[in-house]
Formats: sequence, C-alpha cells, structure tokens
Amino acid sequence: MPILEVQDVHTYYGNIEALKGISLKVEQGEIVTLIGSNGAGKTTTLRTIAGVLRPRRGTVRMDSSDLTKTPANQIVRLGIAHSPEGRRIFARMTVRENLEMGAFARGAANIADDYERVYTLFPRIKERLKQRAGTLSGGEQQMLAIGRALMARPKLLLLDEPSMGLAPVLVELVFQTIKEINAQGMTVLLVEQNAHMALTIANRGYVLQTGKIVLSDTAKALASNEMVRKAYLGED
Amino acid sequence: MGEGKDIDLLAAAIVIGITNGAFIALIALGYTLVYGIIELINFAHGDLFMLGTFACLTTLTILGFGTEVGIAGTPWLALVIAMLVAMAFCGGLNVLAERIAYRPLRKAPRLAPLISAIGVSFIFINIGLFWQGPTPRRFPDLLPQYDFLSQFFGLHTLVRFTVKDLFVLSLAVPLMLGLAWVIQNTRMGKAMRAVAQDSEMALQMGIDVNRVIAFTFLLGGLLAGAASLMYGLYNNNTVFTLGFTAGLKAFTAAVLGGIGNVSGAALGGFVLGLLASLTVTYFGGQWENVGVFSLLVIILVFRPTGLLGQIQGDRA
Ligand SMILES: Nc1ncnc2c1ncn2[C@@H]1O[C@H](COP(=O)(O)OP(=O)(O)O)[C@@H](O)[C@H]1O
Ligand SMILES: [Mg+2]
Repeated sequence: MPILEVQDVHTYYGNIEALKGISLKVEQGEIVTLIGSNGAGKTTTLRTIAGVLRPRRGTVRMDSSDLTKTPANQIVRLGIAHSPEGRRIFARMTVRENLEMGAFARGAANIADDYERVYTLFPRIKERLKQRAGTLSGGEQQMLAIGRALMARPKLLLLDEPSMGLAPVLVELVFQTIKEINAQGMTVLLVEQNAHMALTIANRGYVLQTGKIVLSDTAKALASNEMVRKAYLGED
Repeated sequence: MGEGKDIDLLAAAIVIGITNGAFIALIALGYTLVYGIIELINFAHGDLFMLGTFACLTTLTILGFGTEVGIAGTPWLALVIAMLVAMAFCGGLNVLAERIAYRPLRKAPRLAPLISAIGVSFIFINIGLFWQGPTPRRFPDLLPQYDFLSQFFGLHTLVRFTVKDLFVLSLAVPLMLGLAWVIQNTRMGKAMRAVAQDSEMALQMGIDVNRVIAFTFLLGGLLAGAASLMYGLYNNNTVFTLGFTAGLKAFTAAVLGGIGNVSGAALGGFVLGLLASLTVTYFGGQWENVGVFSLLVIILVFRPTGLLGQIQGDRA
C-alpha cells in the first residue's frame, strides 16, 4: 500500500485550473521526483498535498486519512513535512528557533535527538544556531528549511526545488544529503527543475506539463526517454 | 534663580511625559501586536481602552469606591479587583471583536477588515455613550496624595514625582517586560512570531493560526484594560470620546516606533508622552493634538518605517 496516494486532483487559482487531474503514488522508502518546466504545476501539487491549497476535486490519501478534509495545521501530525519553494524560513527568528518550530506539533518530547540529527546532516547549521535565520546564506537557508522539516519526524518529506539558486557545489551537497536522509528510511517526494540531478537520485519520476502528468516511469527509464532528454535535460 | 526654574519646568514636564508615555505605550502595544500579526490597523483599540475605564469605574462603584469622598486610605484590594475586571473585560471584548468582525474577513481585500474595525469603533463608542452618558465622568482619586520629592526628600521644586507616577510606572513597566518575555520565550509567543512572519508556513508547522490570532487580541486587550485603570486614577476623569484622543496618540506612538515592532511601540509611547507633555508645558494644552498629528504626518512623510523599523508580516 502506498504511503501517499493522490487521485484525480484538480486545483484552481480562482478560475484558473492549475492542476487538471493529477494522480500519483509514493511508496514507503522511495524517492519520487516530480519534474516539469516552470509553471507546470509542481509547487501547486505539493501545496495541495500539504493542505494549504484545497483541490476542487480529487483526493489525497495518507494511510487512512483524506488530507483534503484534514485541517492544514493537522497535516504535519499525520506525518507530512514540507520544505517549500523559496525556503520560507522564519527570517526574524533564530536558526535554533526555526528548528524548534519544525517540531512544534510534536511538543518538546525527545527533541534533543532531533537537533543532533539535523546538526549531523548539516554541520554548518550548528555553527549558526543563535543567528537570525534571515542572515544565513542561500545554501544555509535551504539546509535550515530541510532541517526544520525533519524536526517534525515526518513519514514523508516534501521538497520543493531544494537546488534553486544554489551554486553547483551546494547543489551537489543538497542532493547528497537528500540521498542520505532517504537511506536512513525517509520517504521523499522531490520537486525539481534540475531534472538531471533529480533523476539521478530518485527511484521513480513523474513528468508534469501544464497541470497534467504526461509520463511516469522509473527514474532510469525517464533519464533515457527521448522526450525527457529533449525537454528537460537540455539535450538534442 | 530664573535658570533653576526653567530646568524645574523642563524636569516637571519630563516626569509627566514619562508617566503619560507609559499608558500610551500600553495602548500602542495593542495596535502594534495586531498589526504585526494580521496587518490590520485596529481602529477600535482606543475605544476598547475607553470602555476599560468605564469597566473600572463601574467596578469601583459597585465595590463602594465610586468617589473618594469619605474614604480613609487607599482601597488597594478594590483597585486590584478593578484592574483585573478591566483586563478581563477588554481582553474578552477584543477576542470577541476579532471573532465576529475580523476573522470572517481574513481572506477579503485589506480594506474590508479596516472598515469593519471602524464599525466596531462606532459600536464601542455607542456602548460607552449608553453606559456612562455624554458628559465627562469623574474617576475617583483614590491614590495617596504623596509627593516623594517634596515630602520624602524635602526638595523645593516644581517637579512632582507622586505615588500616582510610581503606581503607573511600577505597573506599566513590568507589564511591558512581561509581554516581551511571553513573546520571546513561551510556546504561544513563538507561535505568534511565526504567524506574524509567514502564517502559511506557521500552519504547516502545526500551529493553530486562529488560536494564535485570538491570543494576540487577548494580549492587546489585557494591556489596554490595565492601562485604563492607570489612566483613570492618574487623570481622574473619563468620557466616551476618550478613545479617539488616546487612540490617536497610541497609534502615532506605534507608527513612530515602527508599526508591528513591539519594542518600537514601547519606545514610541514614551517619546510621544514626552512630546505631548513638552508641547503642553511650552505651547499650551490647545496645541497638544496639533503636536501629535504633526508628528504623525512628519513620520509618515520622512520615515514611514518608524524609529526601529516597520515589520512586514511577510517572509524576508
Ligand atoms: N498564487 C497563484 N495565483 C494564481 N496563479 C498561480 C499562483 N501560483 C501559481 N499559479 C499558476 O499556476 C500554474 C502552476 O504554477 P506552479 O505550481 O507554481 O508551477 P511550478 O511549481 O511547476 O513552476 C502556473 O501557471 C502559475 O502561473
Ligand atoms: Mg514551483
């Protein structure tokens, strides 16, 4: 049984239909990637799963709950954490407070272990705990956003463009870390414009075009697919 | 000798300004907390404070201290009860107003809740009019008439630092520090800051945003309620239109400090209190509101972000 199952989801911005019937599944332990060009609807898909956008039709199932009927502030309690596009860390709170907010839903139980886990993954974060999060560099903010999501001890981690705006070495580091988190047992749904990197670390992938899924396959098969190579990997 | 008198006059104005600044700051905090979290200028906040003074007056009257005539000594217990009643009343009323008049408009265009706040302000003013009538009411002068400088230190000066000043400052300053502590250290305070910065992300952290907003209105109301007892005992009068002038001063203070910025509101309150008192001392009472309004205009033109910087509800 999949950990997450999105079925025929239609999400609108006013009268504009941004998602035109999306269905996808994520199995326990996988990295699944959602690729597609700018404006395809990747972020909208993640925000619908996270409950901050409500689809007009369709269901999002996690275990036995329908997330489209779950209040947005309860979704993290069902085991979904979101590192959103643009990071959206709490810029005027300290780095440490940002991590603490990530664990807000859980209260303070065993939180020390979670801090340690984040520090091990991102040693640079540990050096900056007392600093305001807004003063971090782009790469550090990205690490903080992922760290904050991990503090919720989710079953499923939603990552929206973690490589956006980062220098190549940092992109490498972020993807390495995602692999490492996954190796520790975390299921990941990864949205990327950097299709090349995403397909390298993912098990499976979906290709999104103007609000519809046009292709889904193993990451390997997608990486060698003619259409994907042309449109998303910049080859001809 | 003339020079000594000048300094005396200035010092006297400063003491009065600081004490007045304390209630202005407490009210300004209510504006700034609400603005910080939902970007609403709560026009009704000054009127909430006015209703607070009425709640104090009614409570004191029920307890038998509606006037100071024939009272021996200060009825401290009655004052504590009046303050708690006013705090609960203003806190509760503010939460109720949010629930009924602002929350349903949360997703509406910005102008809608603003107009709703003006409506709430009218309702509060009319409740006040109905409650205590159209004429100014005397607020009982219950604190000891004791001036520390002349009576304790034996100084001959125009400057007065009385039990009233001490009473106001020794309540207002701990309240402000307490507020800062709550915001900085408690779970609810951290949730408030998260909601103020990015309410959608706060929701995804599992924060009940509606509860946090209600809590913010509660805090603003509690402070206004506490300020109302201090104001009443200090000035010994109140009237149903009090909310307009008090609100104007407090709002100006909040803008002066940088609206949305909590330390800014406290600082702005004291600066404004000083400005008002110096204006009254050197130019006369009729110039007080002119001074306040001019300051508001000057800030808005030259430094709209205020002294300590405006805080945007947005992500950085
Ligand atoms: N807040 C919004 N209001 C209106 N339209 C939006 C909004 N956000 C995104 N859209 C539109 O929805 C479509 C999908 O956007 P998005 O999910 O952000 O795409 P992606 O993440 O794949 O780049 C785009 O056409 C975009 O213009
Ligand atoms: Mg996007």
